[in-house]
Amino acid sequence: MAEITNQNNKDFIINSILLNDSENYTKDILDKLSFIKRDKVTFPVITVSQNSCSIITGTQNLTQIIKDYLVERDIKAHVIEVGSLGICSVETLISVQLPGKTKLLYKDVSEENVIAILDGNFNNYIAEENVFCQFRNTMHEPYENLPYLDEISFFSNQQRIILKNCGIIDPGSIDEYIAFGGYKTFVKAIRHYTHEDVCNIVDESNLRGRGGEGYFTGKKWKIALNTPAEQKYLICNAGESDPGAFMERLLIESDPHKVVEGIAISAYAIGAKKALIYIEWEYDLAIKRLSNAIQQAKEYGLIGHDILKSGYSLDIIIKKGAGAYVCGEETALIASIEGKRGRPHSKPPYPATKGLFGQPTIVNNVETLVNIPIIIEKGANWFNSIGTANSKGTKVFSVSGKVEFVGMVEVVMGTKIRDIIYRIAGGIPKNKRFKAVHIGGPSGGTLGEEHIDTLVDYDSVILTGASLGSAGMVVLDEDNCIIDTVKYFMNFLQKESCGICIPCREGTRRMYEILENISKRPKDDFGHTTLQRFKGVMQLENLAEVIKDTSMCGLGKKAANPVLTTLKWFRDEYEEHIFERNCSAGVCQELRTFEINVEACTGCTLCAKKCPTGAIFGTPKNTHFIVQDKCIGCGICYETCKFSAIISK
Amino acid sequence: MITIEVNNQQIQAKKGETILEALNRNGINVPTLCRMEGFSPTGACRLCVVEVEGKSGLIPSCSFPIDEPLKIKTHSPRVIRSRKMLVELLLSNHPDDCLYCVRNGNCELQDLAEELNVRERRIAGNKSKASIDQSSPGIVRDPAKCVLCGRCVRICEEVQEVSTFDFIKRGNKTSIATSMNKDLNFSNCIHCGQCIMVCPTGALHEKTNFDVLLEMLNNPDIKVIAQFSPSVTVSIAEELGIRSGKDISGLIINALHKIGFYKVFDTAFASDMLIYEQAAELVDRIKYKGNLPLISSCCPGWIKYMEQSHVDLMENVSTCKSPQQMMGSMIKSFYAQQETISSEKIFSVSFMSCTAKKFEAQREEMTHKGISDIDLVLTSRELLKLIKLYGIDVQLLDEEIADNPFNTRSSAGKLVAASGGIAEGLIRTFYFLSSKNEIPDYKITKLRSSKDRREIFIDIDDSRIGVAVVSGLKHANKLLEEIRNGRDDLHYVEIMACPGGCINGGGQPFCNDDKILKARLKTIYDIDEKEGLKVAHKNPNLIQLYEKFLGEPLSVKANSYLHTKYSKRDVLL
Repeated sequence: MAEITNQNNKDFIINSILLNDSENYTKDILDKLSFIKRDKVTFPVITVSQNSCSIITGTQNLTQIIKDYLVERDIKAHVIEVGSLGICSVETLISVQLPGKTKLLYKDVSEENVIAILDGNFNNYIAEENVFCQFRNTMHEPYENLPYLDEISFFSNQQRIILKNCGIIDPGSIDEYIAFGGYKTFVKAIRHYTHEDVCNIVDESNLRGRGGEGYFTGKKWKIALNTPAEQKYLICNAGESDPGAFMERLLIESDPHKVVEGIAISAYAIGAKKALIYIEWEYDLAIKRLSNAIQQAKEYGLIGHDILKSGYSLDIIIKKGAGAYVCGEETALIASIEGKRGRPHSKPPYPATKGLFGQPTIVNNVETLVNIPIIIEKGANWFNSIGTANSKGTKVFSVSGKVEFVGMVEVVMGTKIRDIIYRIAGGIPKNKRFKAVHIGGPSGGTLGEEHIDTLVDYDSVILTGASLGSAGMVVLDEDNCIIDTVKYFMNFLQKESCGICIPCREGTRRMYEILENISKRPKDDFGHTTLQRFKGVMQLENLAEVIKDTSMCGLGKKAANPVLTTLKWFRDEYEEHIFERNCSAGVCQELRTFEINVEACTGCTLCAKKCPTGAIFGTPKNTHFIVQDKCIGCGICYETCKFSAIISK
Repeated sequence: MITIEVNNQQIQAKKGETILEALNRNGINVPTLCRMEGFSPTGACRLCVVEVEGKSGLIPSCSFPIDEPLKIKTHSPRVIRSRKMLVELLLSNHPDDCLYCVRNGNCELQDLAEELNVRERRIAGNKSKASIDQSSPGIVRDPAKCVLCGRCVRICEEVQEVSTFDFIKRGNKTSIATSMNKDLNFSNCIHCGQCIMVCPTGALHEKTNFDVLLEMLNNPDIKVIAQFSPSVTVSIAEELGIRSGKDISGLIINALHKIGFYKVFDTAFASDMLIYEQAAELVDRIKYKGNLPLISSCCPGWIKYMEQSHVDLMENVSTCKSPQQMMGSMIKSFYAQQETISSEKIFSVSFMSCTAKKFEAQREEMTHKGISDIDLVLTSRELLKLIKLYGIDVQLLDEEIADNPFNTRSSAGKLVAASGGIAEGLIRTFYFLSSKNEIPDYKITKLRSSKDRREIFIDIDDSRIGVAVVSGLKHANKLLEEIRNGRDDLHYVEIMACPGGCINGGGQPFCNDDKILKARLKTIYDIDEKEGLKVAHKNPNLIQLYEKFLGEPLSVKANSYLHTKYSKRDVLL
């Protein structure tokens, strides 16, 4: 057996690390720690990135292939699966750490090329097209002419505080997490701090909820702490279902123990003996890693009855959500856990006083909770030193869309959107023009070129009409149509509304229909559709305002944001669609018109044969013509013409 | 008390009450669609929104508690604009068929559109597809007209604990449906019709069958015979321009005669019969140590609920048919024989305050030798429509009395209209049957209170008889659970599905006014106060009926015509 695994270090971990109050460890302990942390390795160590991003590249069997390879070649090496470094575009990543050498990171590894890469690596040949960078480690001999990870602009412009461990540690190993400093804060908190102490530190840190509303976490906690009750609950909201948001998923997959620790400290802060994690059932890998983490924490006595004889008991339960978007709203989430229909309820009463099963309940987002350990460890002042006046700390974004590097990034609050897009995510590919960035998922807003220098913090983003929301950042370039994008979000919302309150249920549907109407080809100028189009457009803004004003929960209140922000910042594009019936991005299919360039047409008849509506006329070897009244704008002729004779307008 | 400022006026509000409660108390109304008094607010319709200074969005007044002084604007342009838009949004997904709608003229959505001056269709779009569910014998559901206010869901769940309806699906596909989204006849619906009473639109209404009635009325070979329940006569006065709650049985009889009914009988006669039979049954059960407590069986909603949810107590339920069925059975047997009319030539119609009676009339158990006791059941609302259709001005009519031989009644037979009435009448007759003396005090005040559950213990000779009365199945469930857990001091239990009994039945005219209910109740108690004949067993025509035809209570003949049995019912729960 060529594979080597870490031995069980439970007693050492608990007694020498967690229960050791001294900051300075003995050399003995440090040695053992550096072994667990793999600072020094005696055998080659191969880490394989296994997370949702890498799996969709088709490499779910990569670990097994590598293990088989090692057995076949009789190489003694240690293979571990890690989470995500955050840079999804170059997945799958594997790293190889040879004894005495720095850790080398390979990108774009597939099941096909992995053997060649490893073969090369073990024979002192580095596959140039796949090598990405090396990790900095002064104790080891570096590779020449290879950039370090912290020199890559994707990483050098981030400030990774809560993502520190992601993609580096083994998410399946509690020892490793503790060796990297984990659970120490939790143990310190339950042994040396009162509930009030923890609440006070968080309150002073001015941490704001990362779920979207941006309410001050400490203030919320204190309400729950000061509400007398037999049972209190802490709920970790991992119901991340915004299109374009995936950082919580990756975070849980990469560092599940940090989530568990965050939950444990927070539950202790409000005096909750039960904590629940509400997570989408389709987050399969995340659930697997999370339950494994909880299991390990239980085995180490970090969760359960009388934790490390501190007198504090905590139970953590994973509750799988069925996938309704609205269940990300806290009152709907609570209803869902209670076994009821997942629908929001009027506030007040707020969950902090009357929540799950009528007891005080705190619902916090995953990202909020993973901030807690480091705040308790380093103190409120340290946290206050990061970020802007009203938004402290860092913020994790998932950046996707038309950027060079799609992924999960962590930046200091107050970073410019431009820096995230251009410096971290590598800008727009293929030299296309930047058009807009959509922030905050369906309830967020779309910002254009003039707002690209907006700072990402709670207040600045709100000023533009958007909201940080779940912090999904989707970048659009000149090939994207704003109407089409907004339509997508409205469609999402009208399907995901819980259907209880009228403005959200009926309003989102009508807004979607209006948008659909303006991206449709009006049949004739006197027809009904034209009338509907204009009536709708006249009501769009009014409708959006009423929905915003009257909806019951956050989903509805923000449902109009995409429309309102785009009406404000991209009004010309709406006008183009409405008055000129033109979509300059060429996305709205029905608004496209095609013409045949008389000079380029050879009369091959291919387009006429393929046209589904018979809109193209012409005889062989003679120029063809498109009858516009019959054309539906499908673009099949445009794609089939071999002579580029068809012009899209 | 907290002083809040509403539209620049100071008003006093109690701490903790909702803005809406404070507004209503001070004479300011804001529109609502989903609100139901006595139920916790859902805040779904958003029509009650008001502007509160310092709050970014509009605030639903129905659910926002007053904890501090507030500055409120209830009818600012922003508020009105929002409300109007909300109504327009509802209308955009509503069929444009007010003229064809059963609720035309008394529809809350229509009223709102009028109130908010909706005069053009500014918002149009696709409408949700929905098909009408006609499967139930009592209730028709037209989901296209549903505004998803959730009132039916709440009343069915919180008052009746039947929970036939709930929301299904999400977004604009949200709808209200029964278990597994099947038709109502597969569901556990008990047809009590309370959902109809709270429905603001025409999404729920009774199943009507006017055409058959009109045809029969004009068929010279058929004798159409009507009966009307004791609760109907006290419940429709206000709809005919008469003081609400007034007993207009004389006018109804005249009107029905004018419409062309061959004979009109008073179901209160049959209520006396029921009381007599059931009292005898109770005497019997106590004497022969049968299943006790005896549970009343006159409410068809309760009977269906029992068949599906309380099967273990089936043996306790009285075998007596309901008054409607007893009357129907007598019409087609005793009366038909007496008048020498073939029972097939009789079309027996009853006017009831109930939609479940429609279901009851078509039950197999309610037939005699293959002939239905009752052919058609119409509700109070349908009676009003019939009177209107025939153009009868009730105010100009003289009072008439019901036809022989079923025209006398005791005031006990009338009490049946209210929850507790059967128990009261039954105690009077039971007292007589077991002690051979009349009860010293007829009025049993304890059974007339407005409590959810009323219990009374009466000493007759040496024994102590316990009687309990509940209405609303939620309260019935609690009581039955106690009985199941071994409570044995009760001998008789009266259960009515509708809260308050038949005067608040699911077939009554729409009223959400407590005062009208109270007026109905008062009339019934006044009748009992004023009239001399207060006990069922002294009803002269009833005595005659027993002499001529039935023999005595619980006789073989009585058993075959007036009693029935029930069995377990499988429904989708």
